[in-house]
Amino acid sequence: MGAPAQPAARGFAMARPGHSGPAAEPEPAGPAPLPPDAKVDLASQEQALRIAALLDRLDRDFVGLAPVKDRVREIAALLLVDRLRQGFGLASSRPSLHMCFTGSPGTGKTTLATHMGELLKELGYLRTGQLVSATRDDLVGQYVGHTAPKTKEVLKRAMGGVLLIDEAYYLYRPENERDYGQEAIEILLQVMEAQREDLVVILAGYADRMDVFFRSNPGMASRIAHHIDFPDFTLEELLRIAAAMLDAGQYRMDDGAREAFAEYVRLRMAQPRFANARSIRNAIDRLRLRQARRLVAAGGVIARDDLMEISAADVRASRVFRGGLGPAH
Amino acid sequence: MRVTQGTFSYLPDFTDDEIAAQIGYAQARGWAVAVEFTDDPHPRNVLWEMWGLPMFGLADPAGAMQEVRACRAQYPDHYVRVTAYDASLGRQTTALSFIVGRPAAEPGFRLDRQESAGRQVRYTLHPYAADRPRGERYETGSSRQNGARSG
Repeated sequence: MGAPAQPAARGFAMARPGHSGPAAEPEPAGPAPLPPDAKVDLASQEQALRIAALLDRLDRDFVGLAPVKDRVREIAALLLVDRLRQGFGLASSRPSLHMCFTGSPGTGKTTLATHMGELLKELGYLRTGQLVSATRDDLVGQYVGHTAPKTKEVLKRAMGGVLLIDEAYYLYRPENERDYGQEAIEILLQVMEAQREDLVVILAGYADRMDVFFRSNPGMASRIAHHIDFPDFTLEELLRIAAAMLDAGQYRMDDGAREAFAEYVRLRMAQPRFANARSIRNAIDRLRLRQARRLVAAGGVIARDDLMEISAADVRASRVFRGGLGPAH
Repeated sequence: MRVTQGTFSYLPDFTDDEIAAQIGYAQARGWAVAVEFTDDPHPRNVLWEMWGLPMFGLADPAGAMQEVRACRAQYPDHYVRVTAYDASLGRQTTALSFIVGRPAAEPGFRLDRQESAGRQVRYTLHPYAADRPRGERYETGSSRQNGARSG
């Protein structure tokens, strides 16, 4: 501000929240540092408890994904330790938390990114914890001078939370040297570096294309501290995901149907264009269609249980059992 | 003379943290924050130049603060204010407006008396700075020397 608000320049002293008098310097945030020989019990730290609860929930909500959970655990621990170090007056710098999620389709990259905002907010790293999703369309402009305002607009909206750039490799089009994607990447890099405390950027995409993207943008690769690879789900994990999805939708399978569904997933995994959890979700949607058709065709009196029950016949009617696979699934 | 207008006009100038907190309050109420500037701070001049568009849909003050800083850097010898627009039906007006940047030197206002018919006197406020052309009104000696601004 042009005229600095020095205490001497103030004509009068007015009570202001957080200021005890006209000579009040901005107080250092938080209480005085603990003495060097003090001890802190982790179990009594309210924040430690909250983080434990949070990680438990993550474990419950996400099936499998062990390496991903490990990394989240590490980040949570680091933030907690940093908080404790601050308590002792030790130097603690804000870690850079920009991330890159790579993995096959349907392995939960986007789903975890949406949870990441809330998680980091709970950990006290972010202020709002909101998630703003952006793709190439939102960041890259159509003509000269269009890209920078567009990218800045998206960045501004994401401030205080997480900016998720899905399929980030589309930003960079090496075959067209006049493409405006490079400009968007440069602005992104600048903000990722300068405003680390305001924003966490998460890039998500398929591993092989992401590699190409990073090779051509080394600055981007080095500014992202956490490269997390999402492994494919195993058959058993997929079945647990299916069970959770059915539960959430208030559907039920009897033993025969469950057996049939396990076989269905096993067959489906071997077929082309298998997209992990996404394929499971689609399969369940189709199961619901077939169940509805069966119920309507049968007519007559329907009980609550009938509406919830998915039968083995519903599962076995799938094309997957006949070795065929339609175009889109 | 220190120009005061808008909300908080009776308080000393806010620090950036305090400005961010006020912007955060406005955003929490769902108001759209905008940045405006002028070098004609006459009380009757309510329409200042807009610095970009009002920022609808922001959830965090960091984005708006970035614009405040950019506007101050671009127009150091101007008054800069933040306005918050409440778009809710029935209100649809500026809910909050306060000055977040001012020139280093503020020469103040002169009171002009104009004799008119009879012994009637009309009074008017004339900013000393308004004698100079727009864009250079509040430039100080030092900023005029190194400021190569064209009109």
